Amino acid sequence: MLNSNFLKQNAIWLVFIAEIIIFAIASDGTFVTGRNIINISRQVSYYGIASIGMTFVILIADIDLSIGSIITLVNVVCAFLMVSYGVNMWVAVFISLAMATGIGLINAVMVAAVGIPALIATFASQTVFEGVAYLISGGRPIAGFDSNFGIFGRWAAFDLIPICAILMVLCFAAGSFILNKTYFGRYFYAIGGNEEAAELSGIRVNRVKYLIYALSGFFAGLAGIVLLSRANSAQSTVGKGLEFDVITCVVLGGVSVYGGVGTMSGVVAGVLIIGSLTNGMILMDVSEYTQMVVKGLVLAVAVGIDCMSKKRQPK
Amino acid sequence: MSEDYVLELEHIRKEYPGVVALKDVTLQLRRGEILGLIGENGAGKSTLIKCCTGAVVPTSGKIRVNGKEFDRMTPQLAAENGVAVIYQEFNNVGELSAAENLFLGRPIRKGMIIDRAAMEKRAAEAFEQLHIKINPKELVKNLSVGYQQMIEIAKAIEQNAQVLIMDEPSAPLTSNEVESMFKVVELLRKKGVSIIYISHRLEEIFRLSDRIEVIRDGEYVTTLITPKATVDELITLMVGREMTQKYPPRKNCIDKNKVVLELDHVCGNGDIDMSLKLHAGEVLGLGGLVGAGRTELAEVIFGSKPMESGRMILNGKEIHPKSPREAIDLGIALVPEDRKRHGALLTNSIKNNISMPIYERISKLSVISSKTERDTAEKYRKEIQIKCPTINQLVKNLSGGNQQKVILAKWLAADCELIIFDEPTRGIDVGAKYEIYKLINTLVESGRSVLMISSEMEELMGMSDRIIVLAENRMTGELQKEEFNSDKIMAYASGITDAVKESA
Repeated sequence: MLNSNFLKQNAIWLVFIAEIIIFAIASDGTFVTGRNIINISRQVSYYGIASIGMTFVILIADIDLSIGSIITLVNVVCAFLMVSYGVNMWVAVFISLAMATGIGLINAVMVAAVGIPALIATFASQTVFEGVAYLISGGRPIAGFDSNFGIFGRWAAFDLIPICAILMVLCFAAGSFILNKTYFGRYFYAIGGNEEAAELSGIRVNRVKYLIYALSGFFAGLAGIVLLSRANSAQSTVGKGLEFDVITCVVLGGVSVYGGVGTMSGVVAGVLIIGSLTNGMILMDVSEYTQMVVKGLVLAVAVGIDCMSKKRQPK
Repeated sequence: MSEDYVLELEHIRKEYPGVVALKDVTLQLRRGEILGLIGENGAGKSTLIKCCTGAVVPTSGKIRVNGKEFDRMTPQLAAENGVAVIYQEFNNVGELSAAENLFLGRPIRKGMIIDRAAMEKRAAEAFEQLHIKINPKELVKNLSVGYQQMIEIAKAIEQNAQVLIMDEPSAPLTSNEVESMFKVVELLRKKGVSIIYISHRLEEIFRLSDRIEVIRDGEYVTTLITPKATVDELITLMVGREMTQKYPPRKNCIDKNKVVLELDHVCGNGDIDMSLKLHAGEVLGLGGLVGAGRTELAEVIFGSKPMESGRMILNGKEIHPKSPREAIDLGIALVPEDRKRHGALLTNSIKNNISMPIYERISKLSVISSKTERDTAEKYRKEIQIKCPTINQLVKNLSGGNQQKVILAKWLAADCELIIFDEPTRGIDVGAKYEIYKLINTLVESGRSVLMISSEMEELMGMSDRIIVLAENRMTGELQKEEFNSDKIMAYASGITDAVKESA
């Protein structure tokens, strides 16, 4: 059991390396230039950050479809506060993150207190908050931020390493710390393994779910800030479908959709694979629709592998 | 010479990373015999069966079916060669009729269309042959567990099974159903079907089998002719040591002056209404039939189901636990009946299972002290002898007895003083049972109190200091140790109270 897990975790890094080699050859080396690697790190940063919350959610065998619309709403609200009300950028960021966390808590109320299946509850909030974003922005882009706002997405430390990539690494470190060093991490795995037995072992399962959905909302909000800073303008379609990329990264990274199994390092690999896949396809001029086909297939294969390994386990 | 044997397993060995599940097991099944296969949990019975059906590939060894030799089986090969297993969980589809289930996966068809009438006719014949009274049109979900099992057996026979392996077939059945199952099994033997019958209940093995094979720790021990074997001998062979006593002796440690738990008309969770007193150092047995409200009572005390009215007093203080967490913090623990669903976190390690209720206590600013976590697990692993290579092993890879010990370790780590056992030894073999009993003794000898629900009369009388019997959610009788008497308990369990008797 341990052995096959070990193999599985390394297999994903092998896939990543193979992918890099293929793109490096196919792009005549452009793919592995320092500039492109910096580019990739910038491109993956926002869904990398969002994937941390999603990891927790999938670990307890739930799903959060609302994060795309949380990202959109954070874009619109943060931009609106800064541009239309002249709110200080840090205050606007703080309010936006608090709002994102709050939306996560609303999801948790629906899932934990009311008992709506996560798929439906977060699908409902996805629709609601996408609508709210439109209502606030009127569908028009909002731009003209404080130039310092570039810190979240456009600036680079020493003119080299993007701040947003550093932020992503810090978030992954925090995610890994939560999973491995705090009792919450143990609770996530326990609940994902068997919710009933977890409750009977003294875990207040509902409270943990509140935390998980709040974290999912928070990390999605942070991803939204990074994205807003990168684009330097808020669009009310910006987050549409992002949950899909994030779920793909997490599942590809070996987090079982059945819950209870997965590591942060696996998710890092998943994020890097999807990030370089997207980047490589863009470099090679693959059309957006073909990209969709490829990513959809990747998700199906990733979940397929998960399901097959579940099937093969003796009862 | 292989003519005599339908199924032969020779020197089967199965290694998993870090564990040898089967060291060297040999088994020979004669045509038309019932071979009882016994061994403690974790002896390798399940793995052995899985080798026969292809679910597990042996590391080495030979399998011969009707003289044909195989290095390994596959589910298809097993089916083609007439080897079928009746597992404890059935493969029936509740929404389909008995007939449809009988032909599940290979329906009788007329061209593209399923020929329901023909299936029902064939099913009726198949049931008739086995003397089972099932209406082929009845939906399986409406049938009792016993009948569902019969359908599984009929299905195997329909598929020309010559070797039928039955894994604990009586476990889910009521005693009447067990009787009918025996009849079917004996009928099959007459028809020339060879049966491997696995059970923890030795009396069943004696009743049915022609020969008995004993395995221990993944190794073949011996095969005995049933009429020449004795219960004591079998137990000794299974556990590898003399078992002089079924229930270990314990010191009298009851403190009659100290009432640990008092229930005063505790109501809720269905329709229970219970009053009782439990003393320090006492094992209070809760007897009664399944569904009498014992588990429901345990759930209310443990806070997993709400108490609607009444008073619960723990150590003189009125309590009202609203969640298992609150109950645990008050020192109340529950070792549930369904170990795999409610007790152990199977996909988590032994270490994590043991510390699960105390993580918040052994953490600072939510960061776990990994040393305390490890030390706690190691301490209980030694203290109550959990057999495992390391504490990082996943609980699902442990035997039932060891899983039960992990659950108990978790409550000891949480410092619980009142431990409720719901069927503490269900599905646990003889040797491990004795260890669990010893642990229960240690608990009360150290001043803790135990509330023990048991449906096994012998266990109930062997372990309890006092027995309260329930029927239909109410207490119907109470017996002190010197009054223990199985007839009396049965009478109370059937709802015949002293009051009823007197008025009669």
